[in-house]
Amino acid sequence: MPDTQNWWSTIAPAAPEMYLATVICVILLIDVFAGGSRRPRLTGTLTLIALAVGAWVTLEYGSVGGRTPLFGGLYIADPLALVLKLSALLYVAVALLYSRPALARRGTGGEYHVLALTALLGIYVLASAGNLLSLYIGVELLALSLYAMIAFDRESPVSAEAAMKYFVLGSIASGMLLYGISLVYGLTGTLALDEVALRLTAEPSLGMVAGVAFVVVAIAFKFGAVPFHMWVPDVYHGAPTTVTLFLSTAPKFAYFALAYRLLSQGLDGISPTWTQMLAIIGVLSLIVGNVFAIAQANLKRMLAYSAIANVGFILLGFTTGTAAGYSAALYYTIVYVLATLGAFGVILLASRRGFEADELEDYKGLQARDPMLALWMMMMMFSTAGVPPFVGFWAKLAIFEALWQVGAVWLIVIGALAAVVGAFYYIRVVKLMYFDDAPSAPRGEASGALRLVLGVNALATLALGVVPASLFDLCKAVLG
Amino acid sequence: MLSNYLPILIYLAVATGVGVALLVIGALIGRYFTRYPDDVEKRSAYECGFEAFEDSRRRFDVRYYLVAILFIVFDLEIAFLFPWAVALDAIGSAGLVAMGIFLAILVVGFAYEWKKGALEWD
Amino acid sequence: MTPNLLIAIPLLPLVAALIAGLAGRRIGRAASAGVTILAVGISCALSLYVAKLIFLDGVPASDITVYTWLVSDGIRFQVGFLVDRLTALMMVVVNFVSFCVHVYTIGYMRDDDGFQRFFSYISLFTFSMLMLVMANNFMQLFFGWEAVGLVSYLLIGFWFTRPSAIHANLKAFIVNRIGDFAFVLGIAGVVYWTHSLDYADLFALAPSLETATFALSAGTTVPALTLIALCLFVGAMAKSAQVPLHVWLPDSMEGPTPISALIHAATMVTAGIFMVARMSPLYEFSGAALTFVLVIGGTTAFFMGLLGVVSNDIKRVIAYSTLSQLGYMTVALGASAYSAAIFHLMTHAFFKALLFLAAGSVIIGMHHEQDMRKMGGLAKYMPVTAVTCWIGALALIGTPFFSGFYSKDALIEAVGESQRAGATYAYWCVTAGVFVTALYTFRLLFMTFHGKERFGHDETHGDEHAHGHGHGGAPHESPWVVTVPLIALAIPSIVIGYLTIGPLLFGGAFGDAIFVREANDVIGELGHEYHGPVAFALHGLTAPTFWLALAGVVTAWYLYLKSPGTPARIAARFAGLYSMLVNKFYFDWFNETLVAPFTRLVGKVLWKGGDQLLIDGAFVNGSAKFVGWAAAKGRRIQTGYLYTYAFWMVIGLAVLLGWFLIGA
Repeated sequence: MPDTQNWWSTIAPAAPEMYLATVICVILLIDVFAGGSRRPRLTGTLTLIALAVGAWVTLEYGSVGGRTPLFGGLYIADPLALVLKLSALLYVAVALLYSRPALARRGTGGEYHVLALTALLGIYVLASAGNLLSLYIGVELLALSLYAMIAFDRESPVSAEAAMKYFVLGSIASGMLLYGISLVYGLTGTLALDEVALRLTAEPSLGMVAGVAFVVVAIAFKFGAVPFHMWVPDVYHGAPTTVTLFLSTAPKFAYFALAYRLLSQGLDGISPTWTQMLAIIGVLSLIVGNVFAIAQANLKRMLAYSAIANVGFILLGFTTGTAAGYSAALYYTIVYVLATLGAFGVILLASRRGFEADELEDYKGLQARDPMLALWMMMMMFSTAGVPPFVGFWAKLAIFEALWQVGAVWLIVIGALAAVVGAFYYIRVVKLMYFDDAPSAPRGEASGALRLVLGVNALATLALGVVPASLFDLCKAVLG
Repeated sequence: MLSNYLPILIYLAVATGVGVALLVIGALIGRYFTRYPDDVEKRSAYECGFEAFEDSRRRFDVRYYLVAILFIVFDLEIAFLFPWAVALDAIGSAGLVAMGIFLAILVVGFAYEWKKGALEWD
Repeated sequence: MTPNLLIAIPLLPLVAALIAGLAGRRIGRAASAGVTILAVGISCALSLYVAKLIFLDGVPASDITVYTWLVSDGIRFQVGFLVDRLTALMMVVVNFVSFCVHVYTIGYMRDDDGFQRFFSYISLFTFSMLMLVMANNFMQLFFGWEAVGLVSYLLIGFWFTRPSAIHANLKAFIVNRIGDFAFVLGIAGVVYWTHSLDYADLFALAPSLETATFALSAGTTVPALTLIALCLFVGAMAKSAQVPLHVWLPDSMEGPTPISALIHAATMVTAGIFMVARMSPLYEFSGAALTFVLVIGGTTAFFMGLLGVVSNDIKRVIAYSTLSQLGYMTVALGASAYSAAIFHLMTHAFFKALLFLAAGSVIIGMHHEQDMRKMGGLAKYMPVTAVTCWIGALALIGTPFFSGFYSKDALIEAVGESQRAGATYAYWCVTAGVFVTALYTFRLLFMTFHGKERFGHDETHGDEHAHGHGHGGAPHESPWVVTVPLIALAIPSIVIGYLTIGPLLFGGAFGDAIFVREANDVIGELGHEYHGPVAFALHGLTAPTFWLALAGVVTAWYLYLKSPGTPARIAARFAGLYSMLVNKFYFDWFNETLVAPFTRLVGKVLWKGGDQLLIDGAFVNGSAKFVGWAAAKGRRIQTGYLYTYAFWMVIGLAVLLGWFLIGA
C-alpha cells in the first residue's frame, strides 16, 4: 500500500486512544490467563508500565500545533485535549500507586486495573470529542467503568448501595443528556459541535433553551453540583477508598472537557443562557457544599461535600463565558484535584487491615503518631482551603480575577464567603491532627516509596504555589 | 403514488398468510400426526422457559440472568454486522479492517468470559 | 553577565541555609558550617567577579527579570536583578562581611547548642540581603526587606531562653512593623502613580510626577513624590535605626556578637541607606523629603553618639556608635551626597564589623563578660584583638589615611557645601559628633585594653565557669578562626578609603546608578578641590574635624587613663544631664509609659467592642451557629433514599426549565 504513510498521518493524533484500547485488551487477557490469584500484583504492575508508556504515546502523538479534526470531525486533537489527557493519566497513575497496598490487602482481581484503564479511555475520548456522539460515548464509557469500580467490593453492602444509587441516578442523568443532545440536534440539524456553533441563532428558541437546560443538568450531575449532588456523599463514603480516590480525581478532567466542548465550544453563541444556569448551580454548590461539610464526622464524606463546594468554584469559572474564566477553571481543576489526590492518598496510607482511617476521629493526634503524614495532610488541607503560599490560593484568585473582569462582583463575594466557611473544616482537620490528644490508633502500613510519592504530591502543592506562573500560563495558552 | 405502498401491501399479505398457515399447519399436525393429543407438557405454554401468566416477582436462577445478559451483548453487537455487510461495497477495505477490529474486541471479551467460567452452568 | 550567574549569587546561601537548617542535626556541626561557608564563599567570589566586570571591564549595568510571579491588573510581580555599580559594590560588601562572620562564628559559637541553627540563619540572612540589594522592583525589595527583618528577629532572640533576648527581639519586631507600615504605603504610592513595581518605570516617570499632588483632605494637598519619599524613608528610619525609631538597635545586642557585626552594624541596618541611594532619582525631586532626611540624620548622628559616652556595656557602646554613624550616612543622603553616603556605608561596614568582632573576641576572652568596668589592661593578654581594635577605632574617629577619614571627611564637607534647608543644623551636628565619636571610641579602648586590670582572677566567674571553656580564669587570646577574620577586616579598614575615594566619589564610579540634579551636586563641588587621596588627607589635617577628633582622644585619655576619678565627679556635678543620657533621652520611658498604654487602651477597646462583641459575637459565633443549624437541618434532605435523590434532580431540572422558559 503506497499511501500507508499518508493514511497513518491522518489518524496518528488518535494514537493514544488506540494504544489504550489495545493495552486494555492485552492486559485483560494477561490477567485472566496468567494473573489472578497466582500472581496478584502482575496486573497492577503491568498497568503502571502501560500508563508510563501511555504518557509517552500521548505526548508523542497527541502534541499537535493547533486544532486538528480527525475522522470527519468526530475527534479533535488540540493542546487542551493534550493537557487534559496528560493530567488525567498522571492522576490515574498516582491514584493506582496509592491504592496498591489497599488492593493487595483486599486481594481484588486485576479487573480493577482494567476498569481504571477503560475509565481513562473514556476520559481520553471525552477530552477529544468533537461531535455529540463521540462526546456521549466518552461519557458512558467513563460512567460504566465507574459504576463497576464502585461495586467492586462485592462483600460490602454499602458499596453495593452506593453503586446502585450512582447507577440509577447516572442513568437518569444520561437520559437527560441524551434528551438535551437530541433537542440540540433537532434544532440545528447537526451532531458536529463546530456546525452546532455555526447554526445557533443569537436568540435561542424555547426548544433550544430546554435542550441547554437538560444538558446543563447532566453536566451538573456529572460534576456533582447542587441540587444534582445527592449521590456524591453516599458514593464517596460508600465506595472503597481506592475507588473514591479514583473517582474524585481524574474524571473531573473529563467533566471539564464535557462542559467545555459542549457549552463553551458548541453552544458558545447562546452563552448567556447557560452561564446564568451555571451561576445558580455554582452558587448553590458553594453554599451547600461548604455548609454541609462542617456537619460531617467522616473524612471521606467531608471531602465529598468539599468536592461539591470546589465544583462550585469550577462552575463559577465557566459562568464568565470568557477564555480567562475557562483557563481559571482548568487551573482550578488541576490544582484542586492535586490536593484531593493527596488527601485521599493520606487516608489510604494511614489505613491498614481492619482500619479504614476515614473517620475524623481517626486523625486526632496524627502528628504524634506519624508526623510526616500529618504534615502532608496539613499541606493538602491548606491548599484546598486556599491558604497562601499553597497553590490552592492562586486557583481561587484566578477564578475571582476572571469573575472580576466580567464584573460579577456578587459571585466573588459569595465565593469568598464560601471559601471562609470552607477554611473552617479544612483547618479543623489540621487542628485534630496537631492539637488533639492521640488515641492509640494503629499506624499505616504503607511502604516508604509510597510515602515518598505522597511527599512529592504534597510538595507539589507548595512548589506550584510558590511559582504559580508556569502552570497558569499553560492553562491560558491551551484555552487562548 | 399509491403504488409506492404496494410492497407494504404485499408484506402484509405474506405476513398474514404465514401467520395463518403456521397456526393451521400446527393444528393439523397436532390433530392427525400425534399419539397423545392431550399430553400435559404439550398443553403448557412455551415462553423462554417461564409460565406466561404468573407473579412477575418470581425467583429464577441467577445463572440464567448472566447467560441472558451475555447473550444480549453479543446479539446486539452481531446486529452491527448486517448493515456492514450491506454497505461493504461502499466502504471497502477500510470497512473490512474496522469490522475486523470490532470483532477482535468482541473475541477478547468472549475469551475473558469463557476463561472466567461465566458460560459454565455449574 | 548571564542570568544564571546572578541567580547563583543569592541562591547558593539559600540552599546552604536550607541544608544546614533542615538537615543540620543529621549532617552534624562541621558539615553544616562547611556547607554554609562554602556557599557564601563561592557567592562572595562570584560577587567579586561581578564587581570586576562592572568596575574594571566596564560591562554595562544589567536589568533582567528572571521570573514573573504573577500579573495582576497589568502590574507585574517579578523576580529580577538590577546589577549596576551601586549593587555590585553592595554585593561585595555584604558577601565579604558575611563570609568573615561565617568563619568567625566557628570560633564564637563553638560551644553553643544552636550551632547549625545559627549557620542556617546567617546564610539565610545573606540570601535575603542579597535579594534586597539586587532587586530591580519594589516587590522583591520588600521581600528582602522583610526577610532580613525576620532573620534579624530570629537572631536577636537566638538565645530564646533569656527573657531579655525575647524582649529585645519583640521590640525590634514591633518598631520595624511601624516602619514597614509606612514602607508599604510608600510602595502603594509608587504603584498608584506609576502603575508598576519596577524601579525603571518609577525612575523614568519621576520627573514628570514632580507636579503631581495627593489630596490629604479637601484643600490640603501634598506633592506625590514627597509623600512617597517620606513614606519610604520612614521605613528606612526603622530599618536603619534613626531617631525616633532607633530604640530597637541597642537592645538588639542581646543577640550573639557575630550577628551584631553582620546584621546590626555592617549590612541590614544600612539597607535603609542603600534604599534611599537607590531611589535617588525619586528623592532628588523632593526637596522637602531631603530636608526631613537631613534633620533626622543630624539628630541621630550627634545625640546617639552622646549615649555611647555613658554606656558601660562594650557592645552597647559600639551599637550607639553604629546609630551615630548611620546618622552620618543619612545626613549625606539628605545633602544629596548619595555617593558619599554609600562610600561611608562601605568603609563603616568594614571597620564597624571589625570593632564588633573585636568586642566579641574580648567577650570570649573575658568568658562572656561585657561590662567594661570589669576589664582594663587586656592589651597584653589579647594582642591581636587589641591591635585590630585600635585600627578599627582609628578608622572610626577619622584618623587621616584610615578608611573612615576619607568617607567621613568627604561627607562632612559635602554637608557643609549643601544649600538645602536644615543643612546648617545637620552640619553642626555632624561636626560636633566628631568630638563625641572620638571620646566614646577611645573611652572604650582605654577602659578595655589599657589602664588597671579590673577583672578578678579569683571570681567564681573563672574556674568554676559553667560554660566549660576548659581554660583558666585569665583572659586569653581567641583562636585563629576569630583572629583571622579580624585581620581580614582590619586591612580594608585601613586602606579601602585611600584606594577607592577617587573613583567612588569623584571618578563617577557609580555611573548612572545614582542620580543627582545639577543644582544639588555637592560632591561635584568638592571634586573641584580634590587632588588625590594624599592631598585630601593632608588637607584634612588642617580641618577643624581633625582637631575635634584629637580633642576627643585627649579628653578620653585624661578622663579614663590619667584621672579615672573625674568622670564620676562630672556625672555628680551634672546629675540632670547625666541621668538624661543614662536613660537614653527617655525614649524608652516615653514609649513604655505613654505610647504603649495608649495603644493598649485602643487595642482593648477595639478588642472588647469590635472583636468580641461585633466580630466574634455577631459574625463569627453568629454565623457559625447559623451554619451549624443549617447543616443540621439540611442533613435531613440527604435521606439516603434513591427516590429522594432522583426527586431533587427532577425538581432542579424543573426549576431551571421553568425559570428560563417562562423568563424567556
